[in-house]
Amino acid sequence: MSYTYESYDVVVVGAGHAGCEAALACARLGFETLLFTISNDSIALMPCNPNIGGSSKGHLVRELDALGGEMGKNIDKTFIQSKMLNASKGPAVHSLRAQADKQEYSREMRKTLENTDHLTLKQGEVVDILTDETGKVCGVRTYSDAIYPCKTAVLCTGTYLKARCIYGEVSNYTGPNGLAAANYLSDALKQKGIEIVRFKTGTPARIDKRSIDFSKMEEQFGDEKIVPFSFTNLDKDLTKEQVSCWLTYTNEKTHEIIRANIDRSPLYSGNIKGIGPRYCPSIEDKVVRFPDKERHQLFVEPEGNYTNEMYISGASSSLPEDVQVAFYRTVPGLEHAKIVRNAYAIEYDCINPNELKASLEFKKVPGLFAGGQINGSSGYEEAAAQGLMAGINAARYLQEKEPIILDRSQAYIGVLIDDLVTKENHEPYRMMTSRAEYRLILRQDNADLRLTAIGHEVGLIDDERNAWVEAKREMIAAEIARCSGILLGANQRVNDFLEARGSTPLNTGTTLAELIRRPELCYEDLAELDPERKPLPAAVIQQVNIEIKYEGYISRQKKQVTAFQKLEKLRIPEDFDYDLVPSLRLEARQKLKSVRPHSIGQASRISGVSPADVSVLLVFMKSERIHE
Amino acid sequence: MGSYLEGDTIAAIATAMSQGGISVIRISGPDAIKVCDDIYRSKTGKKRLVNQQSHTIHYGYIVEGDQVIDEVLVMLMRAPQTYTREDVVEIDCHGGVLVTRRILEAVLKAGARLAAPGEFTKRAFLNGRIDLSQAEAVSDLIQAKSDMALASSISQLRGSLLGKIESVREAILHDLAFIEAALDDPEHYDVTGFGEELSVSLTNYRGELRKLIESAKNGRLIKEGIKTVIVGRPNAGKSSLLNALLGEERAIVTEIAGTTRDTLEETITLGGVCLNIIDTAGIRQSEDLVERIGVSRAREMAAESDLIIYVVDGAEDLDENDAEIIQMIKDRKAIVILNKTDLEMKVTAEDLEEKTGKCVIPISALTGANLEAIEAKIKEMFFAGDLSFNDEVTITNVRQRETLKEALESLNRVEESILSGMPEDFYSIDLMAACDALGLITGETAQEDMIDTIFKEFCMGK
Repeated sequence: MSYTYESYDVVVVGAGHAGCEAALACARLGFETLLFTISNDSIALMPCNPNIGGSSKGHLVRELDALGGEMGKNIDKTFIQSKMLNASKGPAVHSLRAQADKQEYSREMRKTLENTDHLTLKQGEVVDILTDETGKVCGVRTYSDAIYPCKTAVLCTGTYLKARCIYGEVSNYTGPNGLAAANYLSDALKQKGIEIVRFKTGTPARIDKRSIDFSKMEEQFGDEKIVPFSFTNLDKDLTKEQVSCWLTYTNEKTHEIIRANIDRSPLYSGNIKGIGPRYCPSIEDKVVRFPDKERHQLFVEPEGNYTNEMYISGASSSLPEDVQVAFYRTVPGLEHAKIVRNAYAIEYDCINPNELKASLEFKKVPGLFAGGQINGSSGYEEAAAQGLMAGINAARYLQEKEPIILDRSQAYIGVLIDDLVTKENHEPYRMMTSRAEYRLILRQDNADLRLTAIGHEVGLIDDERNAWVEAKREMIAAEIARCSGILLGANQRVNDFLEARGSTPLNTGTTLAELIRRPELCYEDLAELDPERKPLPAAVIQQVNIEIKYEGYISRQKKQVTAFQKLEKLRIPEDFDYDLVPSLRLEARQKLKSVRPHSIGQASRISGVSPADVSVLLVFMKSERIHE
Repeated sequence: MGSYLEGDTIAAIATAMSQGGISVIRISGPDAIKVCDDIYRSKTGKKRLVNQQSHTIHYGYIVEGDQVIDEVLVMLMRAPQTYTREDVVEIDCHGGVLVTRRILEAVLKAGARLAAPGEFTKRAFLNGRIDLSQAEAVSDLIQAKSDMALASSISQLRGSLLGKIESVREAILHDLAFIEAALDDPEHYDVTGFGEELSVSLTNYRGELRKLIESAKNGRLIKEGIKTVIVGRPNAGKSSLLNALLGEERAIVTEIAGTTRDTLEETITLGGVCLNIIDTAGIRQSEDLVERIGVSRAREMAAESDLIIYVVDGAEDLDENDAEIIQMIKDRKAIVILNKTDLEMKVTAEDLEEKTGKCVIPISALTGANLEAIEAKIKEMFFAGDLSFNDEVTITNVRQRETLKEALESLNRVEESILSGMPEDFYSIDLMAACDALGLITGETAQEDMIDTIFKEFCMGK
């Protein structure tokens, strides 16, 4: 029998990486928040790879931290190895990645949630979203037929909607790791006219550490110098003993077994209908698609300090159990491997993210927001970033404030959400640095400078932290100006100094900034030529170096950003009637009506909308204004 | 396709291109006067346009360095009493395809941007007050102009050239995808030291682009002229007519130099009007266009053409081929040539005129009788405005050249980045810009293509 439980401001459905961020943001902003999860023991679960960050994903976590999110802090507490990827490349592609102790990660997040005011955890399955007579969200209903009245709800259901795990001929109707699936909510969404699609992803086997011969593998160490994810942490506070990962390779034998059994793979037999990601292919996919490759690399990564389970990165599979055992055992070091958990593929329902506004609110259901894998993305970091934004905007919905929409020139988070809500998405979406047009500006090292003020305005960053970032900004600007003003003559002292460092001597005078610009030199190297220099925080010096060294490229991108922002600022009214614009081509009109872009800039990124269509739109918006 | 926003200075050819008459190059925007001043010389060399009053006309020259391109009249109009409500300068020159284009190029070099299709009108609209029905008209114009530009960009760019641009773009895309794959998955692909290899490839790409830019300058990527198709049934005398026209002293034949040679087109200038005769090779080889390539293809070509010359064998009765052709030319600009007046005629000019509704010119290609009437007729149609080139073609030529130059400059910057020891991820920025520029010509977008290439060619992921 249906009964009504107590009311909340916000209900968040799902306590994965997105749901935790959404719930924390709302509760921290003072809203009574109820967070539903299928199991209280699987909060912030990492059902696939045991790491946070990586190329471009590391950027997302830093940005999320600057906005007041939790993921950066949580991984800083629980990492067991840390590495800066691409450290020898330009600063734009430096990417932080940490191996996590999965259980610790989950436990720490749960601790944080349980000790946050206004936040209540609740184990249960939400089966329906209730709306009032105006169509706005007014509550949720659980499987036990309890009704929780609320003013807004955030869906962060991950891969649980009608989830099915498959390996070989076997399939279980469960979520990841054998957890219960949520079998009703996607139908409820369908009834509200929301388009549901079916995606697929997969995970490799976990193998007992004691059965692995590491002497046949290459050891992969963490970095000595730890860079924290959270801007609130200092390097020195995070120093700890790190664990290693291990590198090994598949071989022709492995591929033979896979090829011989390919007809038993549900991906090839047609048993799996969901669309999988191209960037994270299963091992059978790799073997079939790249037949010329003699070997594929596999990283063997610990899942935590208190377990012997090792994650076999690079070998996700949905082949039958017996084939899995056979092919894993062909890999050097895994000859006697004992599989603790099978590799499997998982299929699940998610929404077409074009159903969402850039605020992550459903166009068709006011007050309902969504973040994470339900939006067709993949990855813990992508999920957390969306969860945070959905949470912030749910709170702003309650505050009756304009939503926070980050644009593509402000943050990777902006690129991520804009891509999701604007473009056609045919596979689980993963962040990549190449998706960011202005990546020289969107660096992981300056996420605080870009976004802390926004986090502060939202209310998730306190005054002190914001003041520090503003002070840092001023110190950077002052020091760059000072370096540009220091003149150095082509004298013996300077030239001796340069030659000693393998740098070309000067013929004419130059500035200190010009010397910093030389690839072989940097700000710190030049202390001797700069006696006036005052000690500055390392974070300031880092920015001075980058801003001076890459000034030419950065200013070029800033110019592009100015042009880009002009178009972003041209808002299209939410109720703009595209049928009033007869000269739009049919395809463009349909696309525009379905995406309903918030700006001319967004309209120009929709596939099927041509520059001429955009010009036509501009003309009509102008005439609309005249008529008003 | 240029910016969507007003604010910068744009230029384009404002009149339909013609071989004889006056052409107008229009410049609009805040720097319009300054841009023109850069390339304008008065007779005394002292006059500066910026010091002149609005709505005045100035005689002088357009120069490129010390070289005079043409003698011109410059019309100076300051905002807001102008078409676009911005500062507008119009340069009236003596016309001719080459001169007009050179002036436009000089204007672009001086800092203007080539106007997007329909952009002047759009500005006139955005800066002025026009009602909804006018907005609709402007929008239709923008769509139509843009369709035309696109059509001339892709379909008129001859196959081999398009192929070359595409293959350079694909090669760049591959390099770009490799760098990006390595940055995305650095434990899998290593891009360290790739600069050396890339530098070698860049030399090739840049060489290819320079060749393309050269051919854009000399041979022209797209043929400028009135697209003309000669049709008629077998033995009507199509190639005899062509040969007769070519044989005339007045007819100047140009073979297209360089890269477009394989497409075999002929340009004939008749009475100062430039005819671009399509698929002459075909006509010459088989003598029967309709039969050889089929009625549907002939119809397609006729549909694309500005002018159809229909040759009728007057010594034979009209047959079903003729009926087919007469139907085809019904709503088109066409001249009907009644050939073989040296023989006993079975078809009369009056009869044919009634059937086709077109001007019929009786001639003998064999003896050359009355050939001058064809020339006169074409001239008459041209100056009456019945025939005009698609000015988008010339604009497209300029646009493509500008775009190729842009791509080349981007590649030069990649080379600079390599030489100055920049990390590999900096290469991508300008490689991407080069791909984007070439994509404007081939009609593709770089980002999605690059991501597709990454996944197609590199085995990624955990």
